[in-house]
This record gives sequence, structure tokens and C-alpha cells, in this order.
Amino acid sequence: MLEYLLSFLILTGAIFTFIGSLGLLRLRDFYMRLHGPTKATTLGVGSLLIASAVFFSNHDAGISLHEILITLFLFITAPVSAHLLAKAALHLNLHSFAKMPVKSIKEKERSSSDAIDVKH
Amino acid sequence: MTTMTRLLPHPILSLTLTGLWLLLVNSITPGQIVLGLLLGWMIPLLTLRFWPEVVTIRKPFTLLRYVGLLLWDIIVANFTVARLILGDLDRLKPIFIQLPLSLTSDLAISLLASSITLTPGTVSAKLSEDRRYLLVHALNEADPDTLIATIKQRYERPLQEIFE
Repeated sequence: MLEYLLSFLILTGAIFTFIGSLGLLRLRDFYMRLHGPTKATTLGVGSLLIASAVFFSNHDAGISLHEILITLFLFITAPVSAHLLAKAALHLNLHSFAKMPVKSIKEKERSSSDAIDVKH
Repeated sequence: MTTMTRLLPHPILSLTLTGLWLLLVNSITPGQIVLGLLLGWMIPLLTLRFWPEVVTIRKPFTLLRYVGLLLWDIIVANFTVARLILGDLDRLKPIFIQLPLSLTSDLAISLLASSITLTPGTVSAKLSEDRRYLLVHALNEADPDTLIATIKQRYERPLQEIFE
């Protein structure tokens, strides 16, 4: 029974991770490609980690909680790296299929200080 | 009160660090708890300049509900984006929207930006310099106004209740 659960989790994980990577390949501009790895992979890696937690909790003595930490760190870091990538892309003025809402944000910030906002 | 805040400037951060330490070592023996508490006390003191704001959680239950909502939305987001990736790419309508922010605290804004990135079809791209607008890229959205209203109502309002 446990085997079925584990297989299901691992397969789900693999499929979503694959779709995330496929997104990188298929989507048409940089900003759209960002959506693939930031989302489809969270569930993919999530299922793999749950599978790992379930397996090791049954295999060894005691509950395995490291996976919770990995999930937590992943959920904290994935959006930050995506945000930085998007910001860098805006800075470099990469081609985008999406239109800017108002010219202001990009243009204004180009002229003033760029790249990193140092507030404190 | 002042000695208290000087000795323990960020109680919530300290507790979080202690919890993280216990998860890292994967055991709750008394020795590890003491070591965790020690780390939780010292790290905020040593990194004080990174944390100019004191974080207060006004409504812990709203926070729990928010985390639950977010996890659910992340799962939905995965399916949505997977379907979009596998579907007809020519029909996608990517768009940038400018989200006016009502939040003011650093933590709340960064949590909102992260939530936006983790949830269906949106990635937060840039915070305007005056911190009043967040530039968001949506993978497939026909109606920007509805998207803005949804984000404000679904994520921004609970965050505002919790932190501000």
C-alpha cells in the first residue's frame, strides 16, 4: 500500500518537474519562461520531498523532518530568484510579448538609479 | 521594556530560528533545545542591522488561514500553469500590470511579492522606487482590472490585517 503511495508521489513529482522544464523550452519570451520553473516545479519538488519524508519516516526510526525545511527554503528562495531574474530582464530591456502598463516605471527608473534599490 | 527590546530585539525571529535549528538537527533533546534557544537569541543580535523593523503579528489566526490559502493556491497554480504550458501557446495573452500597493512595511511587501510569484500565472517583476506600485507579469490574463482586484482582495488585505 505504502509502495503505491510513494510511487504515486514520485511520479507526480517527476511529471510536474518535467512540465516545468518543458515550459522553459516552449514558452516564447523570457518573462513567460519564468513562470515554468517558479510554479510547475514547486508541486513537483513538493511531491518528491513528501515521498522522501514518508519513506524515511517508515524506514528509519523517528520521523524525518528535514524535508519540511527543504520545502520551506524552496518556497522562500524560488520567488526571490524569479523576482531578481525578472528585474534583471527589465533592466536589460529584453524583448517581451506583454505590453508595459504605462511607460513610466521602466523609463523613469532607467534614467534614475537602476538595478538595486538600496533603501536602508 | 527598553532593556528587554535591546536584549531580545526580535522575539518572533528568535523563535523561528530556534524552530529551524530543531528541524535541522531533527531531534528535540534538552541540549539541542538550549543550543537552539542560544542561536535564536544570538543571531538576531549579531544581524541587528538587517532587521530595521520590528515584526508584529497582530492576528496569528489570520496568518494561519493565509498560509493555508496560499498552499492551496500554489497547488492550483501548478495545475493552471502546467495546462497553459502544454496547451496552445499562441493563444496565451501575457501582460504586465501595475499593482497599486496599500502595504507599507518591508516584510509585508516582500511577502505579497512572493505570494504573487507562487500563485496562478503571475510573477512579481519590480517594485517601483517609491514603493507604491508592484509590476506584475501575468502569463495569461485577459482582464487586468479583475486580476488587480483579486490580488488586492485575496492576498493584500489579509497581509495588511496581519502585519500593519
